[in-house]
Amino acid sequence: MERLHVIVLVILLIALAVTLVRLRSLLAIAILTGVYSLIMAVVYTLLDAVDVAFTEAVVGAGITLTLMLAAISLTTRRETKPGKRKGQRIVGAATAIVAGVALIYATTDMPGLGIQDAPIHRHVAPYYIETGPTETGVPNIVTASLASYRGFDTLGEVTVIFTAGISVMALLWRWGKDDR
Amino acid sequence: MSEHLIVRIVSKMLIPFILLFALYVQMHGDYGPGGGFQAGVIFATAFIIYAIVFGVKRTIRVLPLTVVTAMVSLGLILYAMVGFVSLAAGGTFLDYGALDSHDPVHGQHLGIIIIELGVGITVAGVLTAVFYTFAERWQK
Repeated sequence: MERLHVIVLVILLIALAVTLVRLRSLLAIAILTGVYSLIMAVVYTLLDAVDVAFTEAVVGAGITLTLMLAAISLTTRRETKPGKRKGQRIVGAATAIVAGVALIYATTDMPGLGIQDAPIHRHVAPYYIETGPTETGVPNIVTASLASYRGFDTLGEVTVIFTAGISVMALLWRWGKDDR
Repeated sequence: MSEHLIVRIVSKMLIPFILLFALYVQMHGDYGPGGGFQAGVIFATAFIIYAIVFGVKRTIRVLPLTVVTAMVSLGLILYAMVGFVSLAAGGTFLDYGALDSHDPVHGQHLGIIIIELGVGITVAGVLTAVFYTFAERWQK
């Protein structure tokens, strides 16, 4: 039953992606990208990855959409028509098809969905699951691994966010500066 | 400022609950889904909604530019300081168990709450700052 839900949602995602490619109104594209993220969040919930789903919903459907709308209101609402030259189109289509086929081919090597003895579940994960609740006292294993066992990674992640933030501010911040 | 009455009233009603939800996600990250990152994003969204509906000038009066820019680095400093404190307490870098000499589990819990707070402050600060940078150009 769950598998059926996921299949229906993935078909919906493909339909959305096709629509997004054909659209020219940036406003509609931004909003539909938010819808895409929301559906993706439902897929993650069905796959029992609640924390990922939460992040996807909050970041993809929430803040990205808002920042996109802010950017659109400063630039333009319509995308310019793509080049009419036939050569460009063929090169573009060929790149997309080759990349897509390569990615689909790569998925055949991936372990099946939810299989317990996949390599990623046999490395450090069993240790985190077994000792996490007693060693950290935190019932949510995702938080225990992210904040405690992988605390150094998370520190790096916050540094990345910090760097991205100050880069944007260094380039575009104009508060308190006179316009010349 | 938006002239749409319904948008104004509804956002006025919802913003306190959005902020409350952000704090819930922040403090409850160790029991349920969520944590500092998600909480920071929700927190920033509340202020961005306020800015879109009521104008950037009024938002800056509530959340001044200096506070936002300070938040960007404050969270990261808070996170790194936890690492150095645990280092000083005799553990390894970011080993929260060393924070409480009697009960390592308690120390772990304390460490996780503080670093999540650091993550939340930085994320909220960065997103609000990015929005403010955009919004400055609306003034003209």
